[in-house]
Amino acid sequence: MTAIVGVPLVRTNPVALSRGYRFEMVKLVSQWRIRLLMVACLIAPAAYSAVVSQQTSLPTDAVYGRLMNQSGWAGSLAILVFLGTLLLPLLTSVVAGDIFAVEDRLGTWRHLLVAVRSPRRIFVSKALAALTVILVLLVCLMVSSTTGGLVSVGSHPLPGLDGHLIGSAELARTVVLAWLTVVPPTLAFSAVGLLGSVALGRSPLGLLAPVALALVLMGVQVMPVPVALRVALPTNAFIAYRGLFTDPAQLGPFWVGLVVSLSWTVLATLLAYRLFVRRDFTDLANDGSSRLVLRGFAPLAVLVVVTTVVVAATTGATGSGIEKAKVEAALSTSFSNLYVLQTDQLNRPPVTVSQLGTTTSCEKGGSRVTDEGAGAGWRCTVTWTLPGTTAVGTAIYQLEIAPEGRYVADGDGPKEVNGFFQVRTPAGDAPNPLWQFDGVVDLLGS
Amino acid sequence: MHPFDAVRARSVVKTFGDVIALDGVDLDVAAGQIHGLVGPNGAGKTTLLGLVLGLAAADAGTLEILGMPMGRALSVADGVAGFVDGPGLYPTLTARQNLMTLLALRGERTSRSREVDELLGRVGLAEVSGDAVRGFSLGMRQRLGLAAALLGGPRLLVLDEPANGLDPAGRRQVHDVLTDLADSGATVVLSSHRMDDLASLCDEVTLLSAGRVVFSGPVHKLAAESGELDYRLITSDPEGARGVADGTPSLRRVTARNGSRQGDEQALVVRGPEAALDRLVAQLIGAGIAIRELGPVVPPLEAAFLALTGTEADINAEETTR
Ligand SMILES: Nc1ncnc2c1ncn2[C@@H]1O[C@H](COP(=O)(O)OP(=O)(O)O)[C@@H](O)[C@H]1O
Ligand SMILES: [Mg+2]
Repeated sequence: MTAIVGVPLVRTNPVALSRGYRFEMVKLVSQWRIRLLMVACLIAPAAYSAVVSQQTSLPTDAVYGRLMNQSGWAGSLAILVFLGTLLLPLLTSVVAGDIFAVEDRLGTWRHLLVAVRSPRRIFVSKALAALTVILVLLVCLMVSSTTGGLVSVGSHPLPGLDGHLIGSAELARTVVLAWLTVVPPTLAFSAVGLLGSVALGRSPLGLLAPVALALVLMGVQVMPVPVALRVALPTNAFIAYRGLFTDPAQLGPFWVGLVVSLSWTVLATLLAYRLFVRRDFTDLANDGSSRLVLRGFAPLAVLVVVTTVVVAATTGATGSGIEKAKVEAALSTSFSNLYVLQTDQLNRPPVTVSQLGTTTSCEKGGSRVTDEGAGAGWRCTVTWTLPGTTAVGTAIYQLEIAPEGRYVADGDGPKEVNGFFQVRTPAGDAPNPLWQFDGVVDLLGS
Repeated sequence: MHPFDAVRARSVVKTFGDVIALDGVDLDVAAGQIHGLVGPNGAGKTTLLGLVLGLAAADAGTLEILGMPMGRALSVADGVAGFVDGPGLYPTLTARQNLMTLLALRGERTSRSREVDELLGRVGLAEVSGDAVRGFSLGMRQRLGLAAALLGGPRLLVLDEPANGLDPAGRRQVHDVLTDLADSGATVVLSSHRMDDLASLCDEVTLLSAGRVVFSGPVHKLAAESGELDYRLITSDPEGARGVADGTPSLRRVTARNGSRQGDEQALVVRGPEAALDRLVAQLIGAGIAIRELGPVVPPLEAAFLALTGTEADINAEETTR
């Protein structure tokens, strides 16, 4: 075989990764769906924060929802709650779940392969492009939700989830950190999106893999499962930021969530990569099969088992993680801190936490039920020393504790301590801080 | 031009599970040629062109593209461009953006936008260059796919069924572009399931049937492969003509069905060698019967195609709009 004289025959190298990445970005950003999503992420949280914080009925279901009219930062935090439940998985679905499937839909695989000449680089370009868009959307959400709250309510201090007052500057830092803590689980769900997109192609289940996963995991989380399994699920990492709002910070769930999220990210990405590079691109009919689903997702189930065992072994956590002693300690701390805050808001002589010497005694659902676990049946009696006297005060709280450790305490008398009345705050009149408040029980604590 | 094969395939085999898509295919395409690949649906055209583009590797046999042996998939030589199974385009981008992003992907200067505009003009899409491909017809997509393949001046252009969805004007435009390209020394391999698409354009054609090559060579030689043709005559005296035909040696009268046109029970259809037809014409004239129309029922190339591929697919049932 002779080549044409003077014309060197060069075997083409695959295109550079950076150009493949840019190509994928152009394609993504040209989609109306993505543009609309970006606009929505920029506008909706700001609008929500601004509008809801002016309402009389606040979203008390969300942690910090009840404080949205007291500080702009609360709006951002309330939105973070909604994101973790289903919105972020949905967002990763729309972006990552479609990034491979779109080429199936358009029939452009062969074209792309001829142009790029390396399935590996196509995979990496697509994964990075999807990740970029998802992170940009997350930043949009953060900026928007914070701006909306700050513009309409302003930056004011807020009590933490243990009642201690967090000043504006520290609050700003903590809110940004809180948003950063949802990045790892978002990565995990994005990787699941990639896997669904590769394994299931055009089928709707492929697009919605992250949402389907989130729904399944949410189903698991509302059940009274052992605490080791609960914190080993990637959805738990979405709420780990709560630990940042106590003093000292409860970082156990965060570190476990970080490791779990990164394990999911790495494993799901590797699985997607393996399925992708082994795929037969000459076969147009190939867009996933149940066999691929098993091969793709079964290892993730194994990962859940492994991480659960590891968490159980390293933290020694057993049961629901919600025990009588922990509930009592958490409520004592919150009550003391909020009592100090209330004293200040009512312009009474200052008092310190140690002067109060608060103790709490809780029981759940009468004498026949063990005092353990989530539920609405907790009833606690708080006892403290009245400032400047040796007399003790007592107050009653009804607690509703969610399985993931968040509780809502509802004051049940005496009225002058934890009943409903207005107090003066820098942001205007607000309900008595001891009336109803949110707190957390550290599931991994002892 | 140096005598040189742009494509040389020897005993190429490609199977998909139980399906043998290519069953020992030999193919030689000289550089600078426009080579047609013809065959009925499922003959293996797309599979073969996919191998040439390097989308997959052959299971057996050897394949050399522009003088380089093909090993692994995607190890294709520089200068090979084209598409199989439809042009790959992104509907959310405009025609121009589709080409520009491709250029950027290859790391070529975006300052080559003049070349892009010129290419769009050549394929007749200058007016719609700013429109999103979403709204393009199949024919417009085919032409844009061609423009995309022409970016950077390929030395081997591979096109799978480029005539699909094109109207006659579009087809002529594509023919012109391909002819110009071949004149400049590049090689074109294109496929079609219709012989008539390729006859006027190609130097040589290869006929594929069920994964095997049944003919390969210059178009005019293919006509000779057609064997006995059916001829249709319209005369001034159909009754008399029928009698004359029956009396002509080595000529058979066939009942016209397949090729019959509307409302002509008057037509006489005969089958036999050309010499016998010559005799029939002479005898008709001798008998004072005027011949108003005479021609093959099926054009020779089409007849050769049908005979060689063994498909009695009726050529009237075509999906392309003409
Ligand atoms: N990826 C594939 N998987 C299974 N069978 C295939 C695949 N690609 C092609 N085939 C089969 O190979 C044969 C040739 O197909 P193809 O090359 O597409 O034919 P053509 O393009 O001539 O219509 C057909 O029988 C087709 O069903
Ligand atoms: Mg085909």
